[in-house]
Amino acid sequence: MDERILLHMKNISKNFPGVKALKGVDLEVKKGEVHALMGENGAGKSTLIKVLTGVHVEDSGEIYFEGKQIFTNTTLQAQKCGISTIYQELDLIPELSICENVFLGREIMKNGMIDWRATEEKAKAILLDMGIKVDVKGVLSQQSTAIQQMVSIARAISINARLVVMDEPTSSLDEKEVKVLFNVIKKLKAQDISVIFISHRLDEIFEICDAITILKDGERVGYSAIKDITKLQLVSMMIGRDASKIVSRKKSYSKDKMSNENIIETRNIVREPKVRGIDIEVKKGEVLGLAGLLGAGRTELARLIFGADAPQSGDIYINGKKVKLNLPKDAIKAGLGFCPEDRKVEGIIPHMSVKENITLAMLPRLTKMGVVSKKEQEKIVNKYIEALKIKTPHMNQAVRNLSGGNQQKVILARWLCMNPELLILDEPTRGIDVGAKTEILDLIEKLAEDNISVLMVSSEIEELMHACDRIAVIRDGKKAGELYAEEIGEEAIMNSIAEGGK
Amino acid sequence: MNIVNAVTNKIKLFDYKKFLKGEGALITFIVLFLFATFKYDQFFTLLNFKNVLRQVSMLGFVAIGMTFVILIGGIDLSVGSTLAVAGVVAAKVSPYGIGVSIIIPVLIGIAFGVTNGILVTKLKIVPFIATLATMLGIRGIAYIVTGELSVGASSASPGFIQLGRGYVAGIPIPSILFVLAIIAAVLVSKKTKFGRHVYAVGGNEEASKMMGLKVHNIKIVVYAISGALSAFAGVILTSRLGAGQPVAGEGWELTAIAATVIGGTLITGGVGKFTGTLYGVLITGIIQNMFNMQGNLNVWWQNILMGAILLGVVVAQSQTARVSKSGNS
Amino acid sequence: MKTITKKSSVNVNQDRDWKLLLNKYATPILLVLLIAVNAIFTPNFANVNTMWNILIQMTTILLTALGMTLVIASGGIDISVGSVMAISSIVTAKSLGFGVVPAVILGLLISAVCGVFIGFIIARFKIQPIIVTLPMMIGIRGIAQVINDSQLLNFNEPAFSFLGTYKFGGSVPIQVFIMIIVSASVYFIANKMSFGRYVQAMGDNYKASRLTGINTFMVTISIYMISATLAGFAGIIETARLSAADANAIGKLMELDAIAAVAVGGTPMNGGRPNVIGTIFGVLIIQIITVAVNMNNIPYTYSLVLKAIVIILALWARRDK
Repeated sequence: MDERILLHMKNISKNFPGVKALKGVDLEVKKGEVHALMGENGAGKSTLIKVLTGVHVEDSGEIYFEGKQIFTNTTLQAQKCGISTIYQELDLIPELSICENVFLGREIMKNGMIDWRATEEKAKAILLDMGIKVDVKGVLSQQSTAIQQMVSIARAISINARLVVMDEPTSSLDEKEVKVLFNVIKKLKAQDISVIFISHRLDEIFEICDAITILKDGERVGYSAIKDITKLQLVSMMIGRDASKIVSRKKSYSKDKMSNENIIETRNIVREPKVRGIDIEVKKGEVLGLAGLLGAGRTELARLIFGADAPQSGDIYINGKKVKLNLPKDAIKAGLGFCPEDRKVEGIIPHMSVKENITLAMLPRLTKMGVVSKKEQEKIVNKYIEALKIKTPHMNQAVRNLSGGNQQKVILARWLCMNPELLILDEPTRGIDVGAKTEILDLIEKLAEDNISVLMVSSEIEELMHACDRIAVIRDGKKAGELYAEEIGEEAIMNSIAEGGK
Repeated sequence: MNIVNAVTNKIKLFDYKKFLKGEGALITFIVLFLFATFKYDQFFTLLNFKNVLRQVSMLGFVAIGMTFVILIGGIDLSVGSTLAVAGVVAAKVSPYGIGVSIIIPVLIGIAFGVTNGILVTKLKIVPFIATLATMLGIRGIAYIVTGELSVGASSASPGFIQLGRGYVAGIPIPSILFVLAIIAAVLVSKKTKFGRHVYAVGGNEEASKMMGLKVHNIKIVVYAISGALSAFAGVILTSRLGAGQPVAGEGWELTAIAATVIGGTLITGGVGKFTGTLYGVLITGIIQNMFNMQGNLNVWWQNILMGAILLGVVVAQSQTARVSKSGNS
Repeated sequence: MKTITKKSSVNVNQDRDWKLLLNKYATPILLVLLIAVNAIFTPNFANVNTMWNILIQMTTILLTALGMTLVIASGGIDISVGSVMAISSIVTAKSLGFGVVPAVILGLLISAVCGVFIGFIIARFKIQPIIVTLPMMIGIRGIAQVINDSQLLNFNEPAFSFLGTYKFGGSVPIQVFIMIIVSASVYFIANKMSFGRYVQAMGDNYKASRLTGINTFMVTISIYMISATLAGFAGIIETARLSAADANAIGKLMELDAIAAVAVGGTPMNGGRPNVIGTIFGVLIIQIITVAVNMNNIPYTYSLVLKAIVIILALWARRDK
């Protein structure tokens, strides 16, 4: 075996009830290498990482690390082998100090007591080494996400990690912070520490990574040095179809053909720190996309429009009338519907049946004197299960047993049965398989034909380009630009996101 | 590298807001103390101080245990029942010397605590339900052991009698022990692995697991500490009263939670100080003392006021916690 | 090592089917077992009078447990119910001078106010219900005690005592009818009305419920109001039965019995589908334990320990939700 190889995962398989998440995947990472792990949501990236880091135990397959077979059945075992993980949701203790977070579980002791001075000095030294100057006695939660991430990395270094897994580390960082992170990664490389880098941002992959493994549907579909692959090849491997097709737009509305009736308008709406005065309007039968980086304020704007949060200032008009939306129920009464970004946390009622989930918002219309009419309820549910092709054994199935795509359809059905005027969709295709994704995008198109307006937040530019009549780009809590049908193109959107555009 | 300039906190010489927030309990204590001094003549007397100090020390032990439990994100409602069982057992074994009459009840308390810990961790029962059940069960044990009668400790060893009633240098022994216990708790919480791990688990249990902390063991130890300290409080109470009573400690869980929360420990876990608990305990002591000196007020008013104070503090906590959270994000 | 994992995963599935079945019918099976064992071993257990007694005594627990079912289904808890019983008892007894009906209404009203207050604090400040209802438990009982200086309040008011002592046809206690009516109402609320769906949805996923347009604030307040009112009603019936109000004793530890019944009955402790029928079974189980212990001349205190064990076993059996 090549002695430069640090990690070799061989023929890893993992099944979950009803899903073959990994089907004999291989992964090889060399020493001092930054290795990109790419794939769409549901391709098996996170399962593979969880097998490596001991969160899941593989059903079959072997893991070799520094030439020896290892068993990572718990996170602790993985750490002891020299594998550390920087998670998306930071796995640190927010209310403890920075230095404590670095050394928690491996405290530096002196006479049976924790040696705080040594702890502070060592933590400071490690962070300085990474190029980070920070008060290590400060409470972690007072720091930016970027710093918290650096603390996570410092922790990995301090336990002599040979391999650091970074799961979408840049998703909540701004440009400058990404640069800092990349500098740290370069320093890790210099110390011969390897990095597995997971990101959806192609540019970053090409900037920082040396090699790449591409997963699709639980299998490895590509493995290459980064210099031997182009972006287009990469994307087509990930999506598994001709890359040129995704850019095709089905519709071609343009500025002057559009209706002039505004379903909803916001005027200088503010909720610090994420929304800092945004004007947008959605016209009748229009699909308006909200583009921008993660954390730009898109979700927050969507929540304000739906009344999930209260604005600090600014006005909202629905059908030309000024309204005050204190609670989601006010927005719902006004004809709005909202599919939240995190389905599991904010969307589904997991133990309730498909039937009850679909009709939950509609119950007031289905009840007489507080009593639910079962017959009507079932009629509606059947209609939408059929119309949206929701795959469920029966309508009384608990919704948590459905796949992500079908859960999303249940939530869409929840709003569609209300006959809304405007649907707000926050990352409607996140975490669902390609088939369901296409169905949902087709559905959005159909909605527009039926004169239902859609406000769609998405991080996938291709998706926005495919579905939207118009795209508003949000940047740092403000509208950075607006693109009409004929102008919509990847480059234009990118420019607007990056530069503040036109 | 100056791109990340992380020293974001402005350093002020004296941040009075932070002080108010951090030391609210101390300030409340001082205000109450001054109020009582001017209002009641008997308050500022050596005799009264001795009384109050001894009175609060028993609650103090329970509150220290409760602080550990709340810090870790749990709650222990069984403390009063544990105290009762330990108290009657102490009365029964009191003739056999002070060592036996402390160790046996405390071991029983630890056993109850470990049971709580196992229910919460291994059986995954929500802490307040688990300890509600053991509160009931342990109280039952106290009644069964005694036949619902109080157990006299008339033939107790001299050392045992001193434990609750004696003085060293004019200070009641229970108070000295309580202060020592607070100092120990402060040291443990600040300087030992275990102490820091308690904060870590209370702050973010998942992350603690990921970092390799043995969360279950830590929790079990914490509940055991709470059991042991409650039992010790029961021993002292028996020594002081000269009898162990199966009804002892009823409602103490509330007062202990109140003292802890008034002392600034977040009811949600992960944040708090043992010095705060000290002030919290003193505050509840002064309030009780004032009620006694007022004389014409019914004892039930004390419960009403205690409930109101606890509710007020918790509501206030929920507000400031929200403010600081939204300020960060 | 890997093969072991695989094998055991197959077993787990079979295990689960078996457990699911047991889980579903655990409560009725336990109840039948209890009745059978007692019918054989407890003298005079299988006897009409014993049955009426069990039914009369379980009324207070059932009423509070039915309210508690809604509270727990919504993801909450209310340990102040025993104290609410006390305050409604003493208020009703004190105001009998205004006539029976106004007194009862006043008792129910004061209970409802307690519930609204608790619900308001929980919904408005988003504090864990246990932490809100703990001081309420102490405070409300304190108020109840202050009202009559903690003295026993005897009264002679046949029209009122009727509520707790009347027997239809000379043998069927009025309590049976009260229990049937209240159980049916709560069952109806929980299973047929949209309100029941809201309760479950909030217990299952609070955030999503809010985003679905459920008025979580009002629903929370209503839940605690219903719970407190039912507890208050239980207090009134108990007071009528005894022809006396004792703020120190009435409803003491009632919250434990109620929670135990709900836990045994299978409503998920973290919130979820309210199982009203299960709660009724749970109350029967708790009450039979109490009565059986009593009839076998075992000191009452043993039933405390027994109940604690039953609660823990019930929760342990259902821990894999």
